[in-house]
Amino acid sequence: MKSAVVVFPASNCDRDAAVALEQITGNRPAMVWHGDAEIPGDVDLIVLPGGFSYGDYLRCGAMARFSRVMQDVIAKAGEGRLVLGICNGFQVLTEAGLLPGALMRNANLKFVCRPVGLTVEETQNVFTRRYDAGQLVHFPVAHGEGNYVADGETLDRLEGEGRVVFRYAPGDNPNGSMRDIAGIINEKRNVLGLMPHPERVCDPLLGGTDGRAMFESLVEALS
Amino acid sequence: MKARIFVTLKNGVLDPQGKAIGHALNGLGFASVGAVRQGKLIELELKEADEAKARADLKAMCEKLLANTVIEKYEIELKP
Repeated sequence: MKSAVVVFPASNCDRDAAVALEQITGNRPAMVWHGDAEIPGDVDLIVLPGGFSYGDYLRCGAMARFSRVMQDVIAKAGEGRLVLGICNGFQVLTEAGLLPGALMRNANLKFVCRPVGLTVEETQNVFTRRYDAGQLVHFPVAHGEGNYVADGETLDRLEGEGRVVFRYAPGDNPNGSMRDIAGIINEKRNVLGLMPHPERVCDPLLGGTDGRAMFESLVEALS
Repeated sequence: MKARIFVTLKNGVLDPQGKAIGHALNGLGFASVGAVRQGKLIELELKEADEAKARADLKAMCEKLLANTVIEKYEIELKP
């Protein structure tokens, strides 16, 4: 499995993602600068990492969405290539219109940095097939703007179509997200965005391995 | 031409910052303050003499970048 990690100015989880990908897939990902014209053509998975791209100016992800390489990411997502947006990457995906809704300031106005419990709601996709449906996992969150908002119709559609992939465990919603939504997938099920960080829990030395199954799912699906 | 663009949260979208500002004002003794909504003001200069064209451009700017219309609305104020 070949992957690429996009590096925006002020991305700060790009190397965490690269380490997790290399450990689990066996291949070192291509690190692609935001100003590059395109993602290498033979890549199976594109990761938009966490961080504060463009200093979160205007709105989180609003500037990154128009960076040069994003035009190719949007085109490749349209062709069915896999795209995983983590934290700031999720914000970029909603700004780009690849995922519905928006991520607003946390309801309690605080930056939240701690492990949270999540339930894996859906496993019929390439990103979470190695988890059990309903499984409780713990990933860290680290964000100030992770409060998922969409209109009622969109929320109903996401739930009806089985596109809410991760939900904060009952009582553990750190940001006020509507219907406890932590991660969603697009209609074609090739673009996933989530606020918590699976790449930070892939090594026991870092306090957990609950995130490994996401990358193992991708390896399995692509082999 | 100069333009002022006000970007605010749509009605019905929860505004925790506005709420906190309201609480702070009440705490300072401004008891008359009720609901507070906050937003952004963007001022920009345009090299464009035709008002209709300027308005159309500004609308496109808001739709494309300046506002996220999933959660925000915008108002455009134009001065010659």
